[in-house]
Amino acid sequence: MLELIRQPWPWYVAGTIIGLTVPALLLLGNKHLGISSSLRHLCAACLPANITFFKYDWKKEIWNLFFVAGVLLGGVIASQFLSNPEGIVISENTIRDLQALNIEVDNNLMPASIFSFENLFTLRGLVFFVIGGFLVGFGTRYAGGCTSGHTIMGISNLQWPSIVASVFFMLGGYLMTHAIFPWLISL
Amino acid sequence: MEKTKDEFVDTSAIVHPIECEAPNDQLAKETLISNLKYLITGIVFGIVFVKAEIISWYRIQEMFRLHSFYMYGVIGTAVMVGMISVWIIKRFRIKTMQGEQVAFHGKQFHWGNVIGGTIFGLGWAITGACPGPLFAQIGSGFLVVLVTLLSAVAGTWVYGLLQSKLPH
Repeated sequence: MLELIRQPWPWYVAGTIIGLTVPALLLLGNKHLGISSSLRHLCAACLPANITFFKYDWKKEIWNLFFVAGVLLGGVIASQFLSNPEGIVISENTIRDLQALNIEVDNNLMPASIFSFENLFTLRGLVFFVIGGFLVGFGTRYAGGCTSGHTIMGISNLQWPSIVASVFFMLGGYLMTHAIFPWLISL
Repeated sequence: MEKTKDEFVDTSAIVHPIECEAPNDQLAKETLISNLKYLITGIVFGIVFVKAEIISWYRIQEMFRLHSFYMYGVIGTAVMVGMISVWIIKRFRIKTMQGEQVAFHGKQFHWGNVIGGTIFGLGWAITGACPGPLFAQIGSGFLVVLVTLLSAVAGTWVYGLLQSKLPH
């Protein structure tokens, strides 16, 4: 059994469990799936700075912080006890594309040549950690949600603005990957 | 679906943060202990993120390069399962564990869905992570992602600061 769990999970298993989070949260306590809101609650809790957007009772929404703390812990558990000894297998085409961009491809979940502390104070670090993170935080809140709140929860509840948002998430991603990324990585 | 939808949106007694997109609609108060069930749900979520390699920067590259069906399969299945679940909850008026009516909210379109959505997409393709996987990446030992997370919090804060000046 553990052997089976250790292998990478097929998409339909992963998708089903992720989808079941929606009814789980609704029925456990009338909560709506949405992860980027946790970032807002962190702002409201730590540095509201008298900004209207952060003036609310964040303690009422603290379940969301418990939830993301769980996601972090889940990462610890999965990587410590359930990790796949083989390493990640990715498409040959992607490997070729990345190598053409001079990115070292390893078999970790994240390329060590980018996601390491040595790169923190380099231009690459600025792009991948600081700018990338900023776009994620700013964009999700401006869009009113992320992949969980819009794409999964919003579309599950048949909300067309969530479909619009999800389409633009993907368009932004394609634009970055194909048009901007080759230039960014050459810096 | 013979009754009106209105039955599901009776949340008048609840005061939300302005436009909170992932609201807590429970009338009963949550205690520290009762909040632990969300921690456990999060743990399951986080384990799936790692085991399905959704937190992998490479997977996101693969997805945006259209080199693999995998991520589309994950997201597509999740949406289908979520949709069916929501339909069942509405159809059979399933109550929450506390016996409360499950509340659903409509989303209003605004231009942020388009502009903010695109901005998030740009960031997603760089970091290889949406907000959920950011937390799971940190948990998996990629501690430098803490910087990405802090930067995402900063981005959210700047949005809050500029909200009234941005087109919506």
